[in-house]
Amino acid sequence: MLRVEKLESRYGRIPALKGISLRVEAGELVALVGANGAGKSTLLRALSGVQPVSGGSVAFCGENVTAATPEARVRLGIVQVPEGRQVFGPLSVEDNLRLGAYRRGRAQIEASLAYVYGLFPDLVERRAQPAGNLSGGQQQMLAMGRALMARPRLLLLDEPSMGLAPRLVAGIFACITKLRGDDTAIFLVDQNARAALAIADRGYVLETGSIVLAGTGAELLADQAVRSAYLGL
Amino acid sequence: MSGELAQFLLSGLTVGSIYALVALGFAIIYNASHVINFAQGEFVMIGGMATVSLLGAGLPLALAAALAVALAALIGLALARFAVQPARGASVVTLIIITIGAAILLRGLAALVWDKRIHALPAFSGDAPIAVAGATLAPQSLWVIGVTALIVCALWAFFNRTLNGKAILAVSHNRLAAQLMGISVRRVLLVSFALSAALGALAGILVAPITFTSWDVGVMLGLKGFAAAILGGMGSGPGAVLGGLVLGLLESLGAGYLSSAYKDAIAFIVMLAVLMLMPGGLLGARAAERV
Ligand SMILES: Nc1ncnc2c1ncn2[C@@H]1O[C@H](COP(=O)(O)OP(=O)(O)OP(=O)(O)O)[C@@H](O)[C@H]1O
Ligand SMILES: [Mg+2]
Repeated sequence: MLRVEKLESRYGRIPALKGISLRVEAGELVALVGANGAGKSTLLRALSGVQPVSGGSVAFCGENVTAATPEARVRLGIVQVPEGRQVFGPLSVEDNLRLGAYRRGRAQIEASLAYVYGLFPDLVERRAQPAGNLSGGQQQMLAMGRALMARPRLLLLDEPSMGLAPRLVAGIFACITKLRGDDTAIFLVDQNARAALAIADRGYVLETGSIVLAGTGAELLADQAVRSAYLGL
Repeated sequence: MSGELAQFLLSGLTVGSIYALVALGFAIIYNASHVINFAQGEFVMIGGMATVSLLGAGLPLALAAALAVALAALIGLALARFAVQPARGASVVTLIIITIGAAILLRGLAALVWDKRIHALPAFSGDAPIAVAGATLAPQSLWVIGVTALIVCALWAFFNRTLNGKAILAVSHNRLAAQLMGISVRRVLLVSFALSAALGALAGILVAPITFTSWDVGVMLGLKGFAAAILGGMGSGPGAVLGGLVLGLLESLGAGYLSSAYKDAIAFIVMLAVLMLMPGGLLGARAAERV
């Protein structure tokens, strides 16, 4: 479904992605692990079309989207929950959710709202509050809900557990597993490599802009290099 | 209330409404793009001058005014598309210089296409003054205040009640997240320039029967609108309206009770005082980060 070939991106003259190739199949949950500054967020931003690429290609469902605008990719079903949640603080919870469905027909919004409120009941009673007033965990739910409003076929998650209490982290991972059950593929970046690989079908390891290792989630969890570098074992 | 005071308040509200419309133009563009559009005053000029010339060509006033607003909106679109958008990513100072350049160009074109004379539009519904609280009110003042009130309500509804309006707010709050939701930042920029240009033109048409219009009215009205936007808090819609009204009242009271020689200085004193003492303005949520 997603085919990335030799993707390159740079900040000025400094390369951040040095020829990334990977794929995500329909309905798959794929994890990407890597140290701070490895280029994980850069890769996700490039996939969403908000980071210029200097080489390589991205294809989605057989369509070349390397030069597509961010909004065209959202329409195709590539939707991202960015690092740090990035909710629209002064706007209400419900406005945030409705804006997630900006590219979709008005008629479909109500059904999606009901679906997202069902998934995150905490948001229902706060629907009229400014998003900025929510706790970190609630903002993460809102950011995920907002992305789900777009009906993603490929959901890109950048550090969904960052800065959350351990109790909430488990909830977020449980929720991610549940989402995959529907026909949504998920590409997950998280510093909690163990939890991410544990729920992933497959995984990639990114080091300073290059993929250095790929395998099933179980294979990577068992890999000696991964264990010492990312799992602290 | 003394008749004199009532008179000053009424004329302050009238001119303040015009400043409010111009200030709203500044705020909308600033929100969408963080650009301070110093060509905003030229839209005021285009509105007045185009209406004068279309009226002269024999069109009825309402049609001439509507076409003038449409023309200004088109020019606003062109400014965004061909001058601002290509410089996306440039520093704020660069963008400001671009809008100043555009203002000079538009002024020059206006002098060329039209002329350098001063023109008046006829008042929309005659000149018979209306007596209010011991003062007299020109019917045109009612037009100015009434249309401004309508526009303010319509804008409020657009930004608070429609998804497209909220999408523009979303871009101003968090550009990256808005893009990731599929909101086209390009289109928001175009829409905001067209909308601001239309507001400016409308202000220029409304005020032309009172203060006359000419190729260079945009300079002073643009600066007054800018001062009003700063006073209200750059980027705040309600602030722009409040800033415009307060500035209009200060000017009118200052001219009435001190000396009319100081009228134009008041806007600049207010602007400097706000920038030095409370850079966030009356209603600005954020500090004036890049002004
Ligand atoms: N806006 C920027 N300008 C210049 N360099 C940048 C910029 N953003 C990121 N970089 C650099 O690009 C490299 C990759 O950054 P990126 O944010 O993609 O890493 P990451 O893997 O997501 O890290 P983290 O775990 O901290 O989120 C880093 O060396 C970073 O310093
Ligand atoms: Mg990152």
